[in-house]
Amino acid sequence: MKFTLSWLKEHLETNATAAQVVDAMTMAGLEVEQVNDPAAKLAAFSVAKVVEAAPHPNADRLRVCQVDTVDGRKEIVCGAPNARPGLTTIYAPIGAYVPGLGVTLAEKPVRGVVSNGMLCSASELESASESDGIMELPDSLAVGTPAAQALGLESVIDFEVTPNRPDWLGVVGIARDLAAAGLGVLKDVGVEPVPGKFPCPVAIRLDGSDACPQFAGRLIRGVKNGPSPAWLQQRLISVGLRPINALVDVTNLITYDRARPLHVYDRALMVGDVIEARLGRRGGGGEVSADHATPTAHSDEQLIALDGKTYDITAEMSVIADADGKRPIGLGGIMGGTSTGCSEATTEVFLEAAWFDPIRTAQTGRTTGITSDAQYRFARGVDPESLVAGIELATKLILDLCGGEPSDIVVAGQALPRPAPIAFDRAYVRQLSGLDLQPRRIDDILRDLGFHQEGDLVFPPSWRRDVEGKADLVEEVARIEGYDALPALPLPEMAKPAGGVLTVRQARLRAARRAMAAKGYAEAVTWSFTKRETAALFGGGAEALVITNPIAADLDCMRPSILPGLIEAAGRNARRGFADVALFEIGPFYADDTPAGQVTAIAAIVAPHPPRRWDGVAVDALFDLKADLLSLLDDLGAPVASLQTAQGGLSDWWHPGRSAAMRLGKTTLVEFGELHPRILKALDVEGPVYGFELIADAIPEPKRKATKSKPALELSPLMPLSRDFAFVVDAAAPAGDLVRAVAGADKALISNARVFDVYQGPGVAEGSKSVAVEITLQPREKTLTDAEIEALSAKVVAAAEKALGAKLRG
Amino acid sequence: MTDLTQLEAELSAAVDGASDLSALETVRVAALGKSGSISELLKSLGSMNPDERRERGPLINGLRDRVQSAIVAKKAALEAAELDAKLAAERVDLTLPAPPRRKGSVHPTMQVMDEMIAVFAEMGFSVAEGPDIETDFNNFTALNFPPKHPAREMHDTFFLPEDERGERKLLRTHTSPVQVRVMHRVNEKLPSWIANGPPTENREPPIRVIVPGRTFRKDSDQTHTPMFHQIEGLVIDKAIHMGHLKWTLETFLSRFFETPDVVTRFRPHHFPFTEPSAEMDVQCDRSGGEVKIGQGSDWLEILGCGMVHPNVLRNVGLDPDVWQGFAFGCGVDRLGVLKYGMPDLRDMFASDVRWLEHYGFSPYAAPNPATGLS
Repeated sequence: MKFTLSWLKEHLETNATAAQVVDAMTMAGLEVEQVNDPAAKLAAFSVAKVVEAAPHPNADRLRVCQVDTVDGRKEIVCGAPNARPGLTTIYAPIGAYVPGLGVTLAEKPVRGVVSNGMLCSASELESASESDGIMELPDSLAVGTPAAQALGLESVIDFEVTPNRPDWLGVVGIARDLAAAGLGVLKDVGVEPVPGKFPCPVAIRLDGSDACPQFAGRLIRGVKNGPSPAWLQQRLISVGLRPINALVDVTNLITYDRARPLHVYDRALMVGDVIEARLGRRGGGGEVSADHATPTAHSDEQLIALDGKTYDITAEMSVIADADGKRPIGLGGIMGGTSTGCSEATTEVFLEAAWFDPIRTAQTGRTTGITSDAQYRFARGVDPESLVAGIELATKLILDLCGGEPSDIVVAGQALPRPAPIAFDRAYVRQLSGLDLQPRRIDDILRDLGFHQEGDLVFPPSWRRDVEGKADLVEEVARIEGYDALPALPLPEMAKPAGGVLTVRQARLRAARRAMAAKGYAEAVTWSFTKRETAALFGGGAEALVITNPIAADLDCMRPSILPGLIEAAGRNARRGFADVALFEIGPFYADDTPAGQVTAIAAIVAPHPPRRWDGVAVDALFDLKADLLSLLDDLGAPVASLQTAQGGLSDWWHPGRSAAMRLGKTTLVEFGELHPRILKALDVEGPVYGFELIADAIPEPKRKATKSKPALELSPLMPLSRDFAFVVDAAAPAGDLVRAVAGADKALISNARVFDVYQGPGVAEGSKSVAVEITLQPREKTLTDAEIEALSAKVVAAAEKALGAKLRG
Repeated sequence: MTDLTQLEAELSAAVDGASDLSALETVRVAALGKSGSISELLKSLGSMNPDERRERGPLINGLRDRVQSAIVAKKAALEAAELDAKLAAERVDLTLPAPPRRKGSVHPTMQVMDEMIAVFAEMGFSVAEGPDIETDFNNFTALNFPPKHPAREMHDTFFLPEDERGERKLLRTHTSPVQVRVMHRVNEKLPSWIANGPPTENREPPIRVIVPGRTFRKDSDQTHTPMFHQIEGLVIDKAIHMGHLKWTLETFLSRFFETPDVVTRFRPHHFPFTEPSAEMDVQCDRSGGEVKIGQGSDWLEILGCGMVHPNVLRNVGLDPDVWQGFAFGCGVDRLGVLKYGMPDLRDMFASDVRWLEHYGFSPYAAPNPATGLS
């Protein structure tokens, strides 16, 4: 929405500058987007008079002018054919930036004569798109008058209106708030009724639906339509509207001035004596008329609107129809039709002021894609009591501009009931806002905004249907008093949880982030949505998780895992030449659409492309990843010693032979390993890529204990000792199972068991492998005797044999 | 006498001349070994008469002591030389590169979230969370967005398909639905991770929570991404008013931007779920293409806030004549951009490793009241 300062001043008695108006608007809740200030742009330019214009000694088409300017008499070279003595025009001094040319004037000779400035055309001042010669202004203008003033250019304020304030979509509404805020005095905005001279020959019929509860109209005959006068055209142009003809321009002016859209129909083009407001008819097919907007028997109704486009009318739309309700001639509150549009030939005009349902109007706007000034206002809610005032105001302007004779006003239907009064204890202002105001100040503010008060009851004005309760009244008072006046008071002390505000889970996720970064992984944040086909690769893609209106076709499904986002990120980095990446993300994936189906995971991937090493040491990225995972689990307080690592039967996006899960009982904490080449191919990423996805909530929370003190540390004074065993087991047997069996042979004595060699080849039978395990023994009370060590070794061998059929290697 | 002088001269020359430890050992054995020249002299003392022994004894013993210390000194010198030679041979070129180690980093959005949590934790706020996939009721209706209201359109909502009851879930357009979940006292059975702020058993106010999380709107340009992060704040008690809101946000912004010079202003605005509503602007300098907070004379909108609308309180079963309070919401990514200067919001979610390294944070830079936020 746009308006100019002079337009505002039609309704507001004020000396405020544009900057003051903008500031007051901002602080009253009107968000100013932009102020286009031609006065600032043309500050250097002023009115001047040509005294003498002599031919240039060295150029036929140039003249050397003596000009009276704000800077005294100047000699200026000019190429315009209309540069003549006595001409009043616009002068730009040396150093001025000429917007239409994009140059700053410098003092330099033109064909040997120095020009001390420039005489300007309209296009050079950007006040017209093209021009012929320098500006010709009325002789009454004094030398030195600023150009913007001479040309009648003024600041245009462009602002954004929140959906709760449709009354701000008219200049009067803004003037009222600014007056309340103390920027000036609101002028009388009342409307003088124009008495009708004859009964209105057009009857109004409503269908009783919610689409149009009230409709008012009046006929004016004997008008002479034509272009609007300059002041009206200028006013419309200043806010970005295109003047059409006086009848249409009047309705547009009132739309912007009063937030009251109107429509004018050419009576001569209307069929019949009844105008009807109703819902659209399915399968239309009314009587054929001379008009080309006639629907075919098989389609819904159609309308060729004033924008020249044909629209299908649905049963949800509000329609204005003539021909006994058969022919649509407009979409109510949206746009009229070409069939009855007013032109310069119009002599009888039917004026419409109605109230159209906001929700229906908004929906029709969306369905048709029409965003007219009327649609914008009706969708937000026009003052339901502005129908007759709008017609009277339009009548007065039409009679002034086009002459004619008005009929009586006809009104059909009922206005929406007024909102209920609000019981308002003035002390509530302080209770809710903290502002300490006198009751009288509160009452003054409400009165200035148009609220009527009777004791504790406050009656909102008809144009403020957003005000529904006492909190709304506090907002009115607070914003007009000014939010700057609000105190700033510290929050009252509140007992903080003794153990910190974060839950164990929240603290753990926070720790995981720092831990993963410390292990060399860069944290990424990737989209919660992915491509449905990609989701399907990771066990997702269910219909219920598909976004019906995605922002892009490849972001149309909630992700079933964090991994695809990270893998694709690795691919993008590789294509940019950065193939070696280690990324992690802590975030949600979506198993279903319920809160329980949103799972928080810690996922990481490594695409190992390490630089070559001069020392020839080879690293195993898969086992590095396993080390990082175990270290992370330990950092997070997971019971690492109790975790069981098992291969096989995992999700099918993993390499079947190079992946494993870590479980605690039946709960899977994490799957990790190498990604399946099929997945990498589908995501267009070169392998290998390793990764894990740890389900954060699967890590058990530590039991709450009464004390933070740690169990006593038992340090044995006895030296630990170690023994090596080499077992021959089936080549497919997991080494982890062997270690677990061996370690469990004597839990009291064996403090650690660790594989230090795996061998397959000569000396070990085909299909078998040798696994060498170092066992650490920690004597507790006394040094072990040889016999005790022998006995323990036997237990170890027996345990290995029992669990895996392992034999001690000969 | 000359025999001892002669012997000492010979032995000294032999010790000096020993080129390595084994040569020195040979000299030692020849002098001090069982039948070494000095040992033989010492043995001869036994067969001397007392006068002769008294005269010769000190001389021979003196000779032995001097030779012995010469050998010890020589041995130390030879050992030192040997170690030097050995170390010289062990030299490695330490200008060669160390084994590569990847540099990890914390994402700026997450860093900023941790910073905000640190600031609000000090003011006694705990952290609540809620699901990304929400019901229309929690995201809109309960927050006083009437069905079909134009304010809903402004949210550019992503929708999931309709279920068999004709209801369609959506991706939450703001973190405000968690307000509803936190305040709602007859809540559905929720998974444990949805924290309602401790203690969970009692959701009766007072409530003081912040809600960080992912939010979604169908929008993408330099300053908008279809997924972004918000932090919501909610304080409910009996006498919390706009003055407390103003102090809370002013304090937050000053601590967050780590300067006492943050100048802010409250400006009336409209949100369906607050009344009165406000937007907060921060004064900044935008000359030179870079936003500097705490300087200049431009205003930049930074967050939306207000007093929780009575209808919202009613919708969650709280009596607005008893309880009142404020709520605010701000974009985490955007505040990160303002503080740390990333030029394009879309890069936040592009996972370019160069960007992550440049704009990311050290794992050890955890925001902490003792060391400052950043």
